[in-house]
Amino acid sequence: MKIIVLMKQVANKDAILRINKEATWIEEGDLSYEVNESDGYALEESLRLKEKHGGGEVVVCSMGPQRVKSVIKDALARGADRAIHVVGDDTLRLSPFAAAWVLAEAIRGEQADLILTGLQSDDNGYAQTGVILAELLGVPHATIVIEVDAAGEQLRVKRELESGWYQWYTIQKPALLTIQSGISQIRYATLKGIMAAKKKEIKEVQPALEALAAAAHQRVTKIYFPLKTKQTQFLGDGDAKAGAALLAEKLRTEARVF
Amino acid sequence: MSNGILIFAEHRDGAFNKTSFEALAAAQQLGASLNQPVVAVVLSTDAALAQEIAGYDVSKVISVESPKLNEYTPDGYTDAMEQAVRALDPQYVIMPHTYLVRDYAPKLAARFGKGLISDCVRLTAEGGSEVVFSRRIFLGKIDADVVTDGESPVFATFQSGAFRGDQAKRGAGAVMESMPVEVGEIRMQPEPAFQEVKQAVDLTKANVIVAIGRGIKGEENIAQAQALAEALGGDLAASRPICDAGWLPIDRQIGSSGQTVAPKLYIALGISGAIQHLVGMKNSDTIVAVNKDPEAPIFDIADYGIVGDIFEVMPVLTEEVKKLKG
Ligand SMILES: Cc1cc2nc3c(=O)[nH]c(=O)nc-3n(C[C@H](O)[C@H](O)[C@H](O)COP(=O)(O)OP(=O)(O)OC[C@H]3O[C@@H](n4cnc5c(N)ncnc54)[C@H](O)[C@@H]3O)c2cc1C
Ligand SMILES: Nc1ncnc2c1ncn2[C@@H]1O[C@H](COP(=O)(O)O)[C@@H](O)[C@H]1O
Repeated sequence: MKIIVLMKQVANKDAILRINKEATWIEEGDLSYEVNESDGYALEESLRLKEKHGGGEVVVCSMGPQRVKSVIKDALARGADRAIHVVGDDTLRLSPFAAAWVLAEAIRGEQADLILTGLQSDDNGYAQTGVILAELLGVPHATIVIEVDAAGEQLRVKRELESGWYQWYTIQKPALLTIQSGISQIRYATLKGIMAAKKKEIKEVQPALEALAAAAHQRVTKIYFPLKTKQTQFLGDGDAKAGAALLAEKLRTEARVF
Repeated sequence: MSNGILIFAEHRDGAFNKTSFEALAAAQQLGASLNQPVVAVVLSTDAALAQEIAGYDVSKVISVESPKLNEYTPDGYTDAMEQAVRALDPQYVIMPHTYLVRDYAPKLAARFGKGLISDCVRLTAEGGSEVVFSRRIFLGKIDADVVTDGESPVFATFQSGAFRGDQAKRGAGAVMESMPVEVGEIRMQPEPAFQEVKQAVDLTKANVIVAIGRGIKGEENIAQAQALAEALGGDLAASRPICDAGWLPIDRQIGSSGQTVAPKLYIALGISGAIQHLVGMKNSDTIVAVNKDPEAPIFDIADYGIVGDIFEVMPVLTEEVKKLKG
């Protein structure tokens, strides 16, 4: 089975975000990056499927500037076989359709049996790329997948629905699945894996992005910190311990919870 | 010329998903600003569903009908909605940002060569000015204003809670129509939806909940939060990553894929406040947030906030509560 995993590099969760002067995006200069959370689980699932079903190939595909190589190399060290890097500096500004279109062009020729993506990116948060990609590639899809059974001719996948409900789907191959976080425990890269990764292929493709960016149906005009809607009483003024003592008092006298 | 606002009303097992009415309120606001009619679309033959939507201020209710729509599948819904959108030719298609909509609507939009403006929290379209959709990015930390090139149809989805369902205007006199559609091959077969074995812990009855997030860092630190919960006579709960890691069982998870609670007191320790967590606890009477990041979205809904390290707060708060309780 040939599996393609889409992995996006995003700003570190704990990074302090600053908005740029033009208010069009965040300051990227001193930002640290990591792999998008659900994409890490997508990779893990693809490696497990390969191990369980006797081989095949896991191909990682990531789109972005040269820095995304660190996500690719990490995936190769964990066990992916090779990678496709769709190179572009401004890919974060692509509309969800344009981003999916570029990715579709990059992986179409691979004729994969299975394509896994994360269910949502932690920066743009479109929650769309996988589904649009499936449509563009002409394959069926399932979203928010938390279990994959690939033993049979067809796939059987468990989807998460709202408020603690679940549902199994049987779905034809080739297919695209968007993977939910937490589906399994993610493995670490071993030293051996890191050494082996050095010899693995990373193919670069350079799409013409300008035309796509210009034809975007949706465009961000500005970004800003959300307006606070609730009057929060901040306690302690930077001194957490003093804040805690004050809080106990307030919980008793104002909120009357004890 | 494209005209009108189409609202997709989602239902399951003969009842509307309540966020459908929130999306309806959004569609009505847009319709009023642009002076355009709102048309509701229901993918069902169930007359009671169409009747219910017809009780709202909409110009038309269209029941889109095919035997292949009895059960939700992304293939079936996309085919059906594509035909409805092409036939009705609206300027905007508004939907609730539910799991079901996330599952098929990007595919629908792709049939029109575009994506969704997804998970919006606000809409501004005063006095015929340009329509601006605002959505949250970076897990709720930043807002982005989005405009379109004006080409119809524009697909937008609204986050749960962005509008109030009870503010959807009532009305009468909506025209009811049915629209039979041809649905093509369905490439996925759903089995019946189910819930996992009965949950052991029912947090919906808890008076006090102390919830931990990734800020707790390690499993070994949970005891400190547990001690606070005990001092307050409350229960321990968590954000999703804590349950994903197996540090607490899934029945302690709060949020869109866990439990929805509204205790007298909810203390969020090291939780950033992603929307999927907020929907599960934002109706709590008193909300306390402790987070070292002053911009964490959880502070948006907190009555009391401490900007600082939970490991300094937990022991002091536990001791002070014990003291005050005597
Ligand atoms: C379809 C879907 C369904 C989901 N369902 C759920 C759900 O049901 N429930 C849920 O919770 N999530 C759910 N999520 C995940 C959600 O989007 C967030 O990823 C998750 O809630 C984040 O958890 P967190 O706040 O604990 O972690 P993070 O977002 O990583 O936040 C950790 C916070 O701790 C703070 N912190 C770190 N160290 C300290 C310290 N020492 N002292 C003080 N503060 C500290 C940081 O500043 C940060 O704000 C879902 C996501 C999707 C896409
Ligand atoms: N630039 C990218 N490179 C690789 N994968 C991506 C990229 N953008 C989005 N994806 C994939 O699409 C998923 C959903 O992203 P989004 O639609 O932005 O929420 C992510 O979890 C990734 O798996």
